[in-house]
Amino acid sequence: MQLLYQRGRGLIVAIPWLWLALFFVLPFLFALKISLSEPQLAQPPYLDWIRDVDDGLVTIKINFYTYLLLLEDSLYVDALLSSLKVAAISTLLCVLIGYPMAYAIAKAPDNYRLPLLMLIILPFWTSFLIRVYAWVGILKNNGLLNQLLMGIGVIDQPLEILYTPTAIYIGIVYSYLPFLILPLYATLVRLDPILLEAAADLGCRPWKQFMSVTLPLSMPGLIAGSMLVFIPVMGEFVIPDLLGGPSTLMIGKLLWLEFFSNKDWPLASALAAVLLVVLIVPFLVMRHYESRAAQESE
Amino acid sequence: MQNPDQQFPWLSVDEEPIVRIQNISKVFGTVYAADDVNLDIHRGEFFSLLGASGCGKSTLLRILAGFETPTNGRVFIDGQDVTDVPPYERPVNMMFQSYALFPHMSVQDNIGFGLKQVHLPKSERLQRIDEMLALVQIEKLARRKPHQLSGGQKQRVALARALALHPKILLLDEPLGALDKKLREETQFELVNIQERLGITFIIVTHDQEEAMTMSSRIALMHEGRIEQVDPPRRLYEFPATRYAAAFIGQINLFQGHVISQQDDHVLVHSEDTSSNLMVRDSQPLAMNMEVTVAVRPEKLQVMANQDSDQPNRVSGNIVEIAYLGDVSIYHVQLASGKRIKFTQSNVQALAEQPLTWGQQVVLGWAYESCGVLTR
Repeated sequence: MQLLYQRGRGLIVAIPWLWLALFFVLPFLFALKISLSEPQLAQPPYLDWIRDVDDGLVTIKINFYTYLLLLEDSLYVDALLSSLKVAAISTLLCVLIGYPMAYAIAKAPDNYRLPLLMLIILPFWTSFLIRVYAWVGILKNNGLLNQLLMGIGVIDQPLEILYTPTAIYIGIVYSYLPFLILPLYATLVRLDPILLEAAADLGCRPWKQFMSVTLPLSMPGLIAGSMLVFIPVMGEFVIPDLLGGPSTLMIGKLLWLEFFSNKDWPLASALAAVLLVVLIVPFLVMRHYESRAAQESE
Repeated sequence: MQNPDQQFPWLSVDEEPIVRIQNISKVFGTVYAADDVNLDIHRGEFFSLLGASGCGKSTLLRILAGFETPTNGRVFIDGQDVTDVPPYERPVNMMFQSYALFPHMSVQDNIGFGLKQVHLPKSERLQRIDEMLALVQIEKLARRKPHQLSGGQKQRVALARALALHPKILLLDEPLGALDKKLREETQFELVNIQERLGITFIIVTHDQEEAMTMSSRIALMHEGRIEQVDPPRRLYEFPATRYAAAFIGQINLFQGHVISQQDDHVLVHSEDTSSNLMVRDSQPLAMNMEVTVAVRPEKLQVMANQDSDQPNRVSGNIVEIAYLGDVSIYHVQLASGKRIKFTQSNVQALAEQPLTWGQQVVLGWAYESCGVLTR
């Protein structure tokens, strides 16, 4: 009986591991393998580095040149840095806008909370692509925003927003805000209001109550939400492509170009591998805070 | 011998109370959590707000702390009207029922939290934290986080944190409610010792009458948002003012009757429950034939050897139940009217020669000073 129970538990734990192995580790190993091969004009567009030359003679030719190229050509480093910058600024904007929203929902009366949360989730019911396209219509020179602003006489000339970094930030913040709000809301709503009373009782004014109690105790949710914005924004392709115009340099867009336009699969795979390594760092930060928070909540 | 004014400050006319609660009402929807409450609490008192759950005692405490605004009335602390003063500017601190320790701070940071808000220099702050840790005997736990503490240890940290600012008044909301029975009894005496040593006025909310009786200088018994009676524990027990107070504290026998005569120091009541006359020491003016209740505690009843039941305050009946509790036994006696009463006897001897037994007829009597007349 005990043995059966243990086996059953092992089986259940094995499912997510199997999932990760099949759909994450294995594909990544493929990409890693491709990144170490040489490009060629053929189908598939790379030369496998383990080759059966003829009758049992196997050659192994590993090509590290692609990685050197990533370092040598400033284009790739620039794209990475630019992506980091866009991801960092977008995350900060999402925090500045999302924290008050999550806080307000968590503090709202019980019967208002669910409708307010629904409003946050509702945009997900429409295709992501359509929502980003809709911003083109809003932001373009003769779009809704400019028509409105000129109509009420705020500006004479249309504002050039579309195909600028501003448009990218608008699109990213709009699209990723819910990912920040939801985990943050979940943390804030669990915060015991008695703790704020205790702080007030000990002489703490409302703003300091927030800074010394609410903010530190909401850190796990804030960090989880920030990671949920930061990580996918790093590799974001659709928003910079549609709203940012041709001059935008982001690693996600570059990756797409290398794969589909240049057909340089090894280079694209190497880029993907580098991106993953860069993203593992913030992930480890998140893990660190999560385990600490788990300890504190008993 | 202490000056009686110091010992019983509430009896002194000149003494200004440290807390004055004036016509306080608090309405939640249509429910009166506090209904025109008036209360004076004096310096150095260990004052209990006692009552069943929902009687409004916690609301009153939260009004004192500043977490609730009264619908009506004023609150004065040390002569100052604090009704509209926010909690963070009141000279009171509260120990919460759930302790409300900050989970992200160590024990010493929790205790030093209030000191930081008043910008006490660091060296003084650390010194005060050490004093507080010593006061509640948890020096070794200074660097722990709340999740690493037991319930009893958390309770001590909460007490130290609330005392660190040396408040004029400490409010305690069911401070021992979460502890097990044994720890609770030990902590009761410790709380009293700390209160006496620091001289801070303690106001405690509790539903546990034993706790209130053990610790308090005075108890306010609350019922449905109103104060039934405010008295020292002994007076509250021996001379309850209302039927509710009589029934809430300890055990009591209540006899319905009506006044048949009154002399200087005593009232004669005829009771249908005992089919006899009961004599009570009482000098409050009562109308003839007024419906009253005579209240007698079970331990005031004595078994009378003399079978003469014509004297006042004599009842006879049969023992129908015996509950042996070790130190005392409780006997249930059925009277001829069908009314059941209780009396207790200390088990002085391990094996009494002629113990009372089931079915036995007994005559019980009590002194006329040992009972009271209740009109409400």
